[in-house]
Amino acid sequence: MNLTLHVWRQSGPNQPGKLEQYDAKNVSPDQSFLEMLDEVNEELIKEGKDPIVFDHDCREGICGMCSQVINGVPHGGQERTTVCQLHMRNFNDGDTIYIEPWRALAFPIVKDLIVDRSGLEKIMQAGGYTSCHTGGVADGNAILVPKVDADYAMDAAECIGCGACVAACPNGSAMLYTSAKVAQLAALPQGKAEAAQRVCAMTDAMQEAGFGNCSNHYECQAACPKGINVKFIARLNREYQKSLFK
Amino acid sequence: MILDGKCPKGPIQTSWDRHRFDLKLVNPANKRKYKVLVVGTGLAGGAAAATLGELGYNVEAFCYQDSARRAHSIAAQGGINAAKNYPNDGDSIYRLFYDTIKGGDFRAREADVWRLAQVSNNIIDQCVAQGVPFARDYAGYLDNRSFGGAQVSRTFYARGQTGQQLLLGAYSALSRQVKAGTVKLFARTEMLDLVVVDGEAKGITVRDLITGEIRTHVGDAVVLCTGGYVNVFYLSTNAMGCSVTANWRAHKKGAFFANPCYTQIHPTCIPQHGEHQSKLTLMSESLRNDGRCWAPKKKGDNRHPNDIPEDERDYYLERKYPSFGNLAPRDIASRAAKEQCDDGRGVGPGGRGVNLDFSDAIKRVGEHTIRERYGNLFEMYEKITDENAYKQPMRMYPAPHYSMGGLWVDYNCESNVPGLFVLGEANFSVHGANRLGASALMQGLADGYFVIPYTIANYLAKTKPGTVKADHPECKKSVEDVKAYNNRLLNINGKRTVSEFHRELGKIMWENVGMARSEESLKDAIKRIPALREEFWKNVKVTGKGEELNQQLENAGRVADFLEFGELMAKDALHRNESCGGHFRVEHQMPDGEAKRDDENYCYVGAWEFKGVDKEPELHKEPLTFENVHLAVRSYK
Repeated sequence: MNLTLHVWRQSGPNQPGKLEQYDAKNVSPDQSFLEMLDEVNEELIKEGKDPIVFDHDCREGICGMCSQVINGVPHGGQERTTVCQLHMRNFNDGDTIYIEPWRALAFPIVKDLIVDRSGLEKIMQAGGYTSCHTGGVADGNAILVPKVDADYAMDAAECIGCGACVAACPNGSAMLYTSAKVAQLAALPQGKAEAAQRVCAMTDAMQEAGFGNCSNHYECQAACPKGINVKFIARLNREYQKSLFK
Repeated sequence: MILDGKCPKGPIQTSWDRHRFDLKLVNPANKRKYKVLVVGTGLAGGAAAATLGELGYNVEAFCYQDSARRAHSIAAQGGINAAKNYPNDGDSIYRLFYDTIKGGDFRAREADVWRLAQVSNNIIDQCVAQGVPFARDYAGYLDNRSFGGAQVSRTFYARGQTGQQLLLGAYSALSRQVKAGTVKLFARTEMLDLVVVDGEAKGITVRDLITGEIRTHVGDAVVLCTGGYVNVFYLSTNAMGCSVTANWRAHKKGAFFANPCYTQIHPTCIPQHGEHQSKLTLMSESLRNDGRCWAPKKKGDNRHPNDIPEDERDYYLERKYPSFGNLAPRDIASRAAKEQCDDGRGVGPGGRGVNLDFSDAIKRVGEHTIRERYGNLFEMYEKITDENAYKQPMRMYPAPHYSMGGLWVDYNCESNVPGLFVLGEANFSVHGANRLGASALMQGLADGYFVIPYTIANYLAKTKPGTVKADHPECKKSVEDVKAYNNRLLNINGKRTVSEFHRELGKIMWENVGMARSEESLKDAIKRIPALREEFWKNVKVTGKGEELNQQLENAGRVADFLEFGELMAKDALHRNESCGGHFRVEHQMPDGEAKRDDENYCYVGAWEFKGVDKEPELHKEPLTFENVHLAVRSYK
């Protein structure tokens, strides 16, 4: 099939950017979206033009590196799918596709489709851990974890840190991302001891890094390639309230 | 030269404990005076940087991705082994040790493997304490599953995302140290040279992938945790950015490269579907707990798999290896799949595939349970192939997945260049000629959490901190060399793109140095790779500048290294005139097609010294001795 692409091109953080048009020809429905872009880039290189730069690495939907807004939707709108796992069979011959970077105040554009997501790192560094030392910990079975709690923690822990939740949120909030880590660790006995400090430190860091707040649009959950549920945001709020009485 | 692995002597059961006591220590107040450079933030690098930082060393950690959470350890699906024996099914440290030595086809060091098995239990405890949500049973105890090459259930898992969860555990420990100020993190930074001063590793030269700046970081020791090299095949299960570059550049500065021909071709990957494909996707070995591998008995049987009756199916692994069945080790399962396809009984496009069938398991335990165990894998399979594996078998074909070879290290994980340590997949140490499933995660974390913190102190205690400064002539020279190398790439301005060269190299490697190797195919590769390399340096086209974000330049450097490394891999495979584990020479096989080792002549580690591009590398040997496990023909029948 043949497609018309409109791709955001921007040479640097403080440069003006614009959508430029490219043709993608003879695209196979079995190709992934990024493989389609690879071929467009091969043509650009041969013409001596700068290829489109985009973040990608594992190409199997787990590293969280790829980050494109396709036709207005982060990761392209197929349920529970990252850009790298999106296949061209979801498009039709003759389609026009708009490709943009994550758009959020806290994610400045680096170049073309690449953004700076270091704000997410700051949130993790503020408290996204248990303060255990290497060595000298108890046997793995010393503290039992009810299966429901382990499963709940795993549901939250599936977050791949791509930032699609932020890109989808009208407020540019990282609440889903932050809540997933807060909820995972609060649900496990190993993380309970520091739950109060953690939720305060992480939400403070989220605000300092320029992310907005949650006003219950739930766009984040719809865009999340791992289907992280907004119930974790409710959990974050509950943990936050509890911390006020400590 | 005969290399010495410096393994502790005496009874193996106490070898690591005695060795730890013999190692020198650095006193707590002195630790912060030492700077350690950790390259790579996967399981090995993340764990090492976090632990060394926690101990009080001044750590700088580097990764090419935009975050330390994205290294390809994250893609490991199935699980991590440990000798806990929670299921009471006969496991022990000794059995994990034995299985790993045997699984590696007797080409690994006993002492290193013993230590790995011993600390495996600490890893599980550590990860639980970090909040890794391992699977639990209804009573709240940790759950286990089985993996290939073992008859016990010793694999711990977190759904189909064990690598992700373990890496996020290490990443959280690392994040904690970043906040504490002991670790400085440099993301989007790629190592392009090793700085060696008076024969010792004292720094690295890196490229800032955003600005293009080339600069040197100096330290008192360098720890490479930079993963494997199977992207030399172009199509592999590795991430797009995985490369041999850090290891190769260290190799060019004197570090020996050990057993490069030991590569793992994983049996269960989604078959290739077209010429435009950029990578292959693995489906966890854990699927073989419930999935049965089969091919049609009849050649060229094009019927839908569900229409082929039971008695016309060949469950070839169960037939050939009745005691291990579908859980035969990876090298054996891969070759068996290839054998079916070579025999004209493959399925799917081009006949390069076999069935992995869950219908019996679904009948036995229900679709719900299968969904709970492998839901995300079935979902991923459907996204890529558009087929529902609950209703019909998955199609699988082997693909390059892991490299057992790597930089040579001694028992302390130190290379032959003093001060240069190598951990995880980047070194060669514990997997021999074939790695068992769920052992890569174990090794990465063992090296990072529990080995390097002890062994690096032994080196640092003998070293005066901060002797080399950034203005040292070797640092300046390294920066100049890297700049000149990159400029050379940028100025060729030829006609073919970097990925065209990579694809062509990959094809040569897969066809000649892949699952089956012969003297003829290897000689062919050794002839064709230098010719391709020569063309690359005359005709590659790299657009853009060095002083900017330039993904073409990044890739060009990596492919340039693969074009040198691929030749060494073929030479190593040619010199190793035997079959063992993942290294299968068609000239050396048993009457039934199993790998035939030659212990008399090849029971050693082959470590190569770089002598210059287009020059013959020199082989050094480290003899392997087996005092605790008898050298025997590996049997899974």
